Amino acid sequence: MSRTDLQHVELEFGSDGIAWLWLDVADAGANTLSTPVIAELEEALGRVEEERPRGLVIGSRKPGFIAGADVREFGRLESVDEAATLIRRGQDLMDRIAALPAPTVARIQGHCLGGGLELALACRYRVADNDPGTRLGLPEVKLGIHPGFGGSARLPMIVWAPSALDLMLSGRTLDGRAARRMGVVDQAVSPWQVDETARRILLADPGPRRVRGWRRLANSGTGRALLRPIMERQLRGKVRREHYPAPYALLDLWARHGGEPLPRRLRAERESLVRLVEGRTANNLIRVFLLQDRLKTEARDTREAIPEHVHVVGAGTMGGDIAAWLALNGKRVTLVDPSGEAIAATLRRARELFQRRLKTPARVTAALDRLIPDPAGRGAARADLVIEAIIEDVDAKRSLYADLEARLPAHAVIATNTSSLPLEQLAEGLTDPGRLIGLHFFNPVAKMPLVEVVAGRASDAAALDRGQALVAGIDKLPLRVRSAPGFLVNRILMPYMLKAARLHAEGEVREKIDRAARRFGMPMGPLELADSVGLDVCVAAAETMAEAQGLEIPERFRQYVQEGRLGRKSGRGFYEYRKGKPRRSRVRADSAELDRLGETLVEPLLAEAERCRDDGIVADGDLVDAGAIFGTGFAPFTGGPLHYLAERGQSRVGENHGSDSQGDASGSESTASTSPASPDRDRTAG
Amino acid sequence: MARAQPSRSRSRKATDVWLVDGSRTPFLKFRGRPNALSAADLGVAAGRQLLLRQPCPVDAIDEVIFGCAGPAPEEANIARIIALRLGCGHETPAWSVQRNCGSGMQAVDNGLQSIRGGRADLVLCGGTEAMSRAPLMFDESFVRWLADLQQAKSLGQRLRRAAAFRPRMLKPVVALLRGLTDPVSGMSMGQTAEKLATNFGITRQDMDEYAVRSHQRLAHAQDEARLPEVDPVHASDGNAWADDDGVRRDSSVENLARLKPVFEKPYGRVTAGNSAQVTDGAAALLLASDRAVEEHGLPVLARIRDSEWAGLDPAQMGLGPVHATTPMLRRHRMNLGSIDYWELNEAFAAQVLACLAAWRDRDYCRDHLGLGKAWGEIDPQRLNVDGGGISLGHPVGTSGARIVLHLAHVLRRENARRGVATLCIGGGQGGAMLIENPEAES
Repeated sequence: MSRTDLQHVELEFGSDGIAWLWLDVADAGANTLSTPVIAELEEALGRVEEERPRGLVIGSRKPGFIAGADVREFGRLESVDEAATLIRRGQDLMDRIAALPAPTVARIQGHCLGGGLELALACRYRVADNDPGTRLGLPEVKLGIHPGFGGSARLPMIVWAPSALDLMLSGRTLDGRAARRMGVVDQAVSPWQVDETARRILLADPGPRRVRGWRRLANSGTGRALLRPIMERQLRGKVRREHYPAPYALLDLWARHGGEPLPRRLRAERESLVRLVEGRTANNLIRVFLLQDRLKTEARDTREAIPEHVHVVGAGTMGGDIAAWLALNGKRVTLVDPSGEAIAATLRRARELFQRRLKTPARVTAALDRLIPDPAGRGAARADLVIEAIIEDVDAKRSLYADLEARLPAHAVIATNTSSLPLEQLAEGLTDPGRLIGLHFFNPVAKMPLVEVVAGRASDAAALDRGQALVAGIDKLPLRVRSAPGFLVNRILMPYMLKAARLHAEGEVREKIDRAARRFGMPMGPLELADSVGLDVCVAAAETMAEAQGLEIPERFRQYVQEGRLGRKSGRGFYEYRKGKPRRSRVRADSAELDRLGETLVEPLLAEAERCRDDGIVADGDLVDAGAIFGTGFAPFTGGPLHYLAERGQSRVGENHGSDSQGDASGSESTASTSPASPDRDRTAG
Repeated sequence: MARAQPSRSRSRKATDVWLVDGSRTPFLKFRGRPNALSAADLGVAAGRQLLLRQPCPVDAIDEVIFGCAGPAPEEANIARIIALRLGCGHETPAWSVQRNCGSGMQAVDNGLQSIRGGRADLVLCGGTEAMSRAPLMFDESFVRWLADLQQAKSLGQRLRRAAAFRPRMLKPVVALLRGLTDPVSGMSMGQTAEKLATNFGITRQDMDEYAVRSHQRLAHAQDEARLPEVDPVHASDGNAWADDDGVRRDSSVENLARLKPVFEKPYGRVTAGNSAQVTDGAAALLLASDRAVEEHGLPVLARIRDSEWAGLDPAQMGLGPVHATTPMLRRHRMNLGSIDYWELNEAFAAQVLACLAAWRDRDYCRDHLGLGKAWGEIDPQRLNVDGGGISLGHPVGTSGARIVLHLAHVLRRENARRGVATLCIGGGQGGAMLIENPEAES
């Protein structure tokens, strides 16, 4: 018997007395716990309470279980009261599930994150499958918040505290087998066994998992008192409390209330979360999440066919790693390079990557089979898209394009990975210049999520759409940029690195410079960054941009390059390198000084970001922020350079000035948004 | 999506069977340890390069057949594994064949039969072998000891059975050596060559000179780009190979004379230097019917005209080519002089020379081949013109396919009409294939 008047939830009562509650949120690719969904779950639970089945299975009809709460809804919250109400409602729902007299089991396949895992924790049992795509976790800290639907209270009861806290503080995800080992799920079975296992566990009803024996001491007053400083020290090594308060709040929450009865812990969880939601970091991290979502969903809007066969020319570090990433993500790749050794070295790096990500030998072999060495370049005849990653030389590239043009199918796009040559120059000589676009990847390819999709003046809309669709299809974030020196990311990074080099030449200690930048929130100091990119590459890039941006390259930079101090690759740059790591000396510096230095260092980046927005390098200011965060790692907790400026209430260029420093709408409509968290475009979940 | 079924009507005109194209990996010799690529990997590598060159899509292939004499335990039906990994699709059937050294040619022959019989229009066939990866096995006595130990029912029994262990049980069995010995006659392949050398009076000098020529010809072929069917392979351990690595450019009769006989000591004549090398490699060929050639606009390299398999005394297996080629040519009213170029697999210099001697020998031709007189000579300048198993190596399951493919290229290059590829097969058989160059037909 099935109830069909609910839109997002399906409820079936089987003849064996087992009820099945299937979540299937309408018009969405994934289940999220938005208010309407929570409302329907409440209603469905009401019916379950009436019918009194022998047991209840909660599952999903979508490829994933539940992806979490609705982040967009969270971002749209206008007041503290609204936030508190939403959190309370979620907690009550979970309590109600936990209070059902019949046993409950969460049947988990695919992603089970955040609120989704909290719902599963409220069930008496959890059954997952062992497919590598099944991931369980509580990643709320990555949004600047922590679990708020009872997860922080329930998880330490099921799994002993250090593991529970590690999972929540890191925000990492577990696959089915790891979840079973930790105790988060009761069984991890083959996907075709999940239903039967759920049924059987309900019928057997062996009793809920609880932390037993000496491990319970971790939750005692003494345990918490001993563990807390250890965990806090670990946290301090990774993130600053001022920038990322959420993990510290979570630790405080457990340390203070961990021994109390459940209702009190739930209240404490709620109050802690509300405090975080009020703060800037949470808003900014939610903004970052929504920016990421924007980049992904924009790519899906195209009607162009997604390229499946990609022909990669050039098996150097970039070309080879791009080819490997493409094969990892299901594309068929032919890789051409005059050097057989370069191709073989690519295969070796690819195999390491595949073994880390894909684990099983069958998947690794399948991925390697998709990465086809093609010394004779025959793959061009079948390619949907070509990525060219050869030397940065206009003539070499042009002659390659001419050769390719003769062999490529009519619909194939030519994409160049160039970081410094203008597309207009490269397109000269092509019969169809419209088919040339830029797809600018960042190093290392496996770690950097952003890819600049560069539109030359002649680039076809269809070609750009296809390039963008490819990037989204390989789990990267495509950012449309206009072709101009440095595009977006290198352009905003260059003044930042040059400023640092200048300060260094003027006598500032290099370790202090880098430390100040990291203290500000940059992932890497500017001098270390320059070293890792390569000082020669920096100088060359700077020269390309010099005229347009009025950059001055410090003499010291050129000197180093002349002396052969090229950075990490040559063993010496601003720092000396041993085994790829820089040798840094300790420096004494007081916090205020470092803060000031940090602001000074970042200032040119902020100014350049504004100029990029004004020059229309990307469609709007939000995308400048997205590019900075995903392409350079710019402190995500700030929400991006332009957002940071707006919140700070200042602007470098032109007439836009913020009214105050609390992050309200500033004068410029493209920088700010109507609410602190959600950027311009308002989209529904999914 | 259902594949278009090839026409099975018997009433249609008998189709020609075309060798469209082929590719092989460089042949890599055994250097005392397993090489980086498995037999399946090698087959996939050769297949990929071949299919990349074709205008037809991968799923147009109707059937995949591969020969392999010693697949690894996880390579059951290696042709199917290769087919799936190449992307031929779930619906394309695939099967593996084994006729010892003739397996590669057997696969091509089965492709030929499939097309002639109307069961397929486009067949991917070939051979693959990774002899360097032949396993070291536990001696049977050790396996029995382990089984006994596992099945012990009490502690006392376990201790007693454990005490029955003897260190000599650990001596590994070299599978490769076992594979190269014929269990029925009890002779190793090398011993059969020695026997032939004795019967036909082939001297050590003759063998070493032949071996040197083989290396010289391969070196020359590499220098003159006469091996267009070879495509480089790249392994995920970071190594790449572009050329067959068995060639010894410094080969000389003086050097070879220093080697000791390997199969019959102390006065035998067959050495490691005048025998085929132990080698890994794969070859992939695409066969097509008239209809497939037309439908996909395929180029054609050669027409496969006929094939023949013959049996003979295992102790003289080296004469297999003579026993297979003779009836096949006679069927077409041809003789040795009708053939422009020959590929006769060099298992041993002695064996190749013995075949030539047999055809020259009136008694042998009368007694064994049903001929009235000696059948004739093969011009050494037209035999194995670009080297052979001695310099290239002889991956057992692959050579049969390699020689057909290379012969087709030789006919093209020399604008010649007809060629015979033939080989001897351990256990006492011979295989032969007759191919024609359509471009040289007058």
